[in-house]
Amino acid sequence: MKVLESAVPVACWSCSVAHNESTLFCPHCSKIQPPPGGNYFSVFGLTPRLNLDLVELEHEFHRLSRKLHPDRFARAQENEKEWSLADTALLNDAYRTLKDPLRRTEYLLKLHSAEIGEEFAGANGKDRRDPSRVPADLLEEVFELNMQLEEMRMTRGSGQTDPESEANLTQARTRFEGLLDEVDSDLQTQWQTWDDGDAAARKAAERAMVALLDRRRYLSNLLRDVNETLGVK
Amino acid sequence: MEGEAPRVIPGADGSNLVPSVVALDPMPTDGGRPTVTVGNSARKALIETPERVIYSVKRLMGRGLDEVKNELKLFPFRLADDVEAGEVPRVQLGELRFTPPEISAYILRQLKRNAERYFGAPVKQAVVTVPAYFNDAQRQATKDAGRMAGLEVLRLVNEPTAAALAYGLDRAKEGTIAVYDLGGGTFDISILKLRDGIFEVQSTNGDTHLGGDDIDNLLLAIALDEIHAENGVDLRAHPAAVQGLRKAAIDAKLRLSSQQSAQFDIELPNGDRYQREIPRAVFEMLIEPVLDRTAAPCRQALADAGVTPEQIDEVVLVGGSTRIPAVHQLVDELFHLSPRGKRPHTDLNPDEVVALGAAVQADILAGASKTTDEMLLLDVTPLSLGIEALGGVVARIIPRNSTIPASATEHFTTGVDGQTNVAIHVLQGERELAADCRSLARFDLKGIPPMSAGLPRIEVRFLIDADGILQVAAREQRSGKAAEIEVKPTYGLTDQQVENMILKSFDHAEEDFLKRLLVEARNEADGVLAAVERGQKHPAWKQLTGEEQAAIIASRDLLAAVKQLDDFSTIRSATVGLDQATRRFAELMMDDAVTSAIRGKTMDAAGDELGDEVTAPHDLAPAEFK
Repeated sequence: MKVLESAVPVACWSCSVAHNESTLFCPHCSKIQPPPGGNYFSVFGLTPRLNLDLVELEHEFHRLSRKLHPDRFARAQENEKEWSLADTALLNDAYRTLKDPLRRTEYLLKLHSAEIGEEFAGANGKDRRDPSRVPADLLEEVFELNMQLEEMRMTRGSGQTDPESEANLTQARTRFEGLLDEVDSDLQTQWQTWDDGDAAARKAAERAMVALLDRRRYLSNLLRDVNETLGVK
Repeated sequence: MEGEAPRVIPGADGSNLVPSVVALDPMPTDGGRPTVTVGNSARKALIETPERVIYSVKRLMGRGLDEVKNELKLFPFRLADDVEAGEVPRVQLGELRFTPPEISAYILRQLKRNAERYFGAPVKQAVVTVPAYFNDAQRQATKDAGRMAGLEVLRLVNEPTAAALAYGLDRAKEGTIAVYDLGGGTFDISILKLRDGIFEVQSTNGDTHLGGDDIDNLLLAIALDEIHAENGVDLRAHPAAVQGLRKAAIDAKLRLSSQQSAQFDIELPNGDRYQREIPRAVFEMLIEPVLDRTAAPCRQALADAGVTPEQIDEVVLVGGSTRIPAVHQLVDELFHLSPRGKRPHTDLNPDEVVALGAAVQADILAGASKTTDEMLLLDVTPLSLGIEALGGVVARIIPRNSTIPASATEHFTTGVDGQTNVAIHVLQGERELAADCRSLARFDLKGIPPMSAGLPRIEVRFLIDADGILQVAAREQRSGKAAEIEVKPTYGLTDQQVENMILKSFDHAEEDFLKRLLVEARNEADGVLAAVERGQKHPAWKQLTGEEQAAIIASRDLLAAVKQLDDFSTIRSATVGLDQATRRFAELMMDDAVTSAIRGKTMDAAGDELGDEVTAPHDLAPAEFK
């Protein structure tokens, strides 16, 4: 999805004074406005970035909620009610996306997807790239892990317990959890690069993050399988 | 709201609770439509005419035929036999059939009348509470019920959230709380963060068919089996006897909350007696599987909120079933309370706190009060919203526990050249496959301009509003053609059906508000006058002093005189005057008649009790419509 970022001045529906489109309230008469263009970052008055102050974000979320929420417009006229609903939905969608580090990263990459082309098709599950593709450096380890998983399931299936394979699996889990932590720390490095970098550095960081997200997705699916087999919730 | 505090409005019987019991009165001989009785006064019909009564209708709201059939295995209601799959199920009461929203509408209308009686003015708008774990169809059915009752539903509020509002109203509470709400038919758990007047729900979970009714049904089933085995009588063939036994089971359950043991003592149709002692330990063992079903939702809610039990500052207990001591123990274990020197918060009346919270929310919506000026409720959707994708899998578009209103935009296209329709199947639930989720609606995007396959670009916007109800809008982007689609639940009523039911449930006399208040005031006056008349023959009359007798007679004569006036408020104040004058008299009569005296009851209520078989009041399904 391409988000249009236009700043065509439009007039306030209430006081008719022209204002910049991306505003939730008319700067002149303070009346609520239809959902502005722009993106989730601009809802919070931010430019796209990956390192965010979450305390400040929550504070701003609460401040805007108090002003926009449909509860505040229960006795308003119909158009204001409708915009309050739409604006609050936008605010909530934006907060839900930005407060979560992975959703935030995916969203930012989606905003810039035109520049990365086919490499990142979108954050929606159905658009995701094949999650079963094994990262090359992990081929051997994953092969071994899958054998262990299979063995474990078979012993379990026959109603037996095998402390040795259970211990092996637990060990493998620790190893893959470590890999996941590595991915997360690599992602944070890329965040910094993107936030501070010029256009070229950003593009490189975007490519790196797309690959890291793929790897992360693969690892967490794998861990989910291991935990299910081990019977941990 | 009275000043800074919400208050529960009592009904004409003086009780703060209107149990969700609805009874169809006998068919009038003139061929007209029979009237309907709601609440406490409908209870005795449970024994006398069980085939004309329904309770706990909340469990049937917004549900399909198969689901309802399952539910009814445990309840003494019958479905109309001509209901077809895909239709909203109808319950057979005597000669007539009602959809669950219609039955709910009778309860809401009773509450509306109670409020109008209290305010002396029409009540047209309401905040209605629902279990937090209600899905879209159950919410829509509740809104339909409000409309049928002549109420504009300003907002549906989740019950545990409403309880949190009442809890947080009078104290500057900050921190993370859990609300554990186990009522008659539903269970909810919600985790909220309270900060600067903002009540932000972090997560919610639950089970919309788990509650006190399940405990009643369990005790009932055990008693029925024992009676069958020991006395050779299958009571299941005797609906009235089953209801009698159910009442005894409920009585036993309620006693076991304060006593270590309770007795069953029932006379069977063949004259035998069924006597059984239930120690609390046995009761707790029996209900353990029911209570244990609340544990998994609690753990999931904690995980979804991203908090550990230790991070919960307080657990607020709501719903009549939380009076059971075993519930306190379970909550203590789930949230690690005792080791932290904490106990569950039980200061609020579990039957009333939800209604009080709804009043707070109504005050917030009215926007005119200093008390709630700074308060704001941010609630979440309990279930993920998804659409069916290729291969019957669900593509999740709004995850559960998203703050509402919430929205998602999806794009669709065509698969065949010239295709003008696209079908979309919307689902709610957490499972991977569409077949395992709850179908909300199937809708067609129609009127797509004929183009080559894959060329149209239809943008569909899904929006969950502040009531937790889904709205959908679609637009074909190349032609700019907009198509508004109102999503009707798979198991819902159409607008036209709701309209028809509104007309059906209101005769024109009721439209005339003042006339109705006058009729009600006169009926009430007649009731009290008749009770005094009867009471004068009672031995208790002689226990009164001459002064007390004179005061009663003076009040009685005044009421008899003003009864013919056309002013309901004068009649009502004279009725209240007589009621107050007879308060001690009523107590004397009660003390005389029943060992467990009903203190503070009005003359009218005392007369009612004495006029029929004398029974102690008991709670059936506690606080259904809170």
